[in-house]
Amino acid sequence: MPLCLFRPLGGCHMSAANIVWALIAVIAVPLILSGYLLLVERGLLSIAPSRRNRIRPWIWLLPAFILLIVFLVYPVLNTVVLSLMNATSTKFVGLANYGYIFTDNGMLIVLRNNLYWLVFFTLFTVVLGLLIAVLSDRVRYESAVKAMIFLPMAVSFVAAGVIWKFMYQYQPSGAAQIGTINAFLSALFPSFQPQAWLFNKSENNWALIVVGIWMWTGFSMVILSAGLKGIPESLLEAARMDGANEFQIFFRITMPLLSSTITVVTTTLLINVLKIFDVVYVMTNGSLDTEVIANRMYKEMFNYQNFGRASAIAVILLIAIIPVMVLNIKRFGTQKGTNI
Amino acid sequence: MSKPRTAMAGKRTAGTSLLAVVTSGPLHIILIALSIIWLVPAVGLFISSLRPQNLITTTGWWNAFSTPFKFTLDNYVHVITQANMGHSFFNSLLIAIPATVMPIMIAAFCAYAFAWMNFPGRNVIFLIIVGLLVVPLQMTLIPVLKMFNVLGLTGTFPGIWIAHTAYGLPFSIYLLRNFIGELPGEMFESASLDGATHAQIFFRLVLPTSVPAIASLAIFQFMWVWNDLLIALIYLGGNPQVAPMTVTISNMVNSYGGGWQYLTSAAFISMLLPLVVFFSLQKYFIRGILAGSVKG
Repeated sequence: MPLCLFRPLGGCHMSAANIVWALIAVIAVPLILSGYLLLVERGLLSIAPSRRNRIRPWIWLLPAFILLIVFLVYPVLNTVVLSLMNATSTKFVGLANYGYIFTDNGMLIVLRNNLYWLVFFTLFTVVLGLLIAVLSDRVRYESAVKAMIFLPMAVSFVAAGVIWKFMYQYQPSGAAQIGTINAFLSALFPSFQPQAWLFNKSENNWALIVVGIWMWTGFSMVILSAGLKGIPESLLEAARMDGANEFQIFFRITMPLLSSTITVVTTTLLINVLKIFDVVYVMTNGSLDTEVIANRMYKEMFNYQNFGRASAIAVILLIAIIPVMVLNIKRFGTQKGTNI
Repeated sequence: MSKPRTAMAGKRTAGTSLLAVVTSGPLHIILIALSIIWLVPAVGLFISSLRPQNLITTTGWWNAFSTPFKFTLDNYVHVITQANMGHSFFNSLLIAIPATVMPIMIAAFCAYAFAWMNFPGRNVIFLIIVGLLVVPLQMTLIPVLKMFNVLGLTGTFPGIWIAHTAYGLPFSIYLLRNFIGELPGEMFESASLDGATHAQIFFRLVLPTSVPAIASLAIFQFMWVWNDLLIALIYLGGNPQVAPMTVTISNMVNSYGGGWQYLTSAAFISMLLPLVVFFSLQKYFIRGILAGSVKG
């Protein structure tokens, strides 16, 4: 039994060994890194200044580069290779895994679901975020509204999954509904039949997408609102003086000036929704045709132990993200005046 | 271009005339309705977590407001002592704190070199890091898991610390390089004229002046790790001894099925710290998000 340091309400919640490890990570790692820099800098003093300046940057970059290469660059290349191999990575199978992804019926549903997420999650999250940003800009309680909308960004998708599973809770018609949505709709429309939102195949994907929208609208609202505040008031005032109404001002002035911010929000949402995993894992675990790419990859990896297919699915994700990656790199290149 | 509006200066003065009240009515209704819709799910969860089991499964949470009031803390006591939530809370802390400190330190060195040192390939390498920002982590899971299995790091805290550190690096480097690159160059020139070395400039000038950026980054990274499920699920395996709260709760969802009294209280425990961080450090949290959260 490890030495126990913290024992509230019975049970040992924190052992001495774990605390020591955490202290090593929090205190010793920065100390070792600083020591490494100071020592190497001292060592550099003994060599000629011209060589010193050529070597120095690489010393400073080294810790980050080792981690980036071992955990990102090499694994990405390795996964591409594994995607061309069989389940146990022992035999080259060419593009067979990709053929499976685009022909298997189950996989096609997975791709369809991701497409739903991509289109509808992104559309509603951007539009709602923009709506709230624009409307709340006109009221005195703006910060209170924004705090409430933004709140879900702070919690995990796992907690959000529990919250919404409870919202969608279903009892057969006639029994008391404890799920907020069924109870609310039953009270509002007497003829409404309570729905098993997460089980009914015509509704469950939408029910999951709603959770995503609830989580991320705050994100798009915050960024769009910051963009909105950057539009000079004098511009809007001038348009108003010329007799433009609020709708004309919104579509002719605000929207065009916000277009680059909207692009940033949209691309960020697209990247994130492509990899959506937690909410589906917690709420349905992909059953009843709700599976998405990331969940299918997890299943191929752990449940079916098929590393070839799992890798091919990951490569599909990467390929889908490459246009955004190129866009980001271009945007950064022009922003910083670097020429590439 | 005139100066951007400040928060209050841009407000249309709603409510000054009767006409304004009538026309701005729908505006207020839409905003208040949306706020309520956004808040209700979380409020329902919190109230349910305080209700006894027999009531939570037979009546809606909104009935809690009708007399007789029946609230209890038993659900919390149960999940903390019986369902591993107390242990998992500390596991989440043990995972998230080192996984926040380590990438920031490593990224700061790297960002300083990118911002204030000259070396061949500087721009190209930095653009590669910008590209790595959006690489799906799914691309790395199998090779890294294989490596961890060989090294015996699967299911251990150091394993997940290193993984989160590496995954957090592209965003940390990107954010800190932008901030450090904007610091005034004269500051560095006068310091190096006085004979300060790069190490001295970094520790005495750059780190202290970068505190606002580091704070935003630390909060962002902490929340990301705290709320992460996928990385913990894969690199920690099913070991309940090291499971953070996200993993424990998702296991509860599968095994308890309809045990709402426990699920709601467990979910609320996992939200406590993020909510405190959100309400006390909102400014830094939002600044981190604004800095371009395109993290993989």
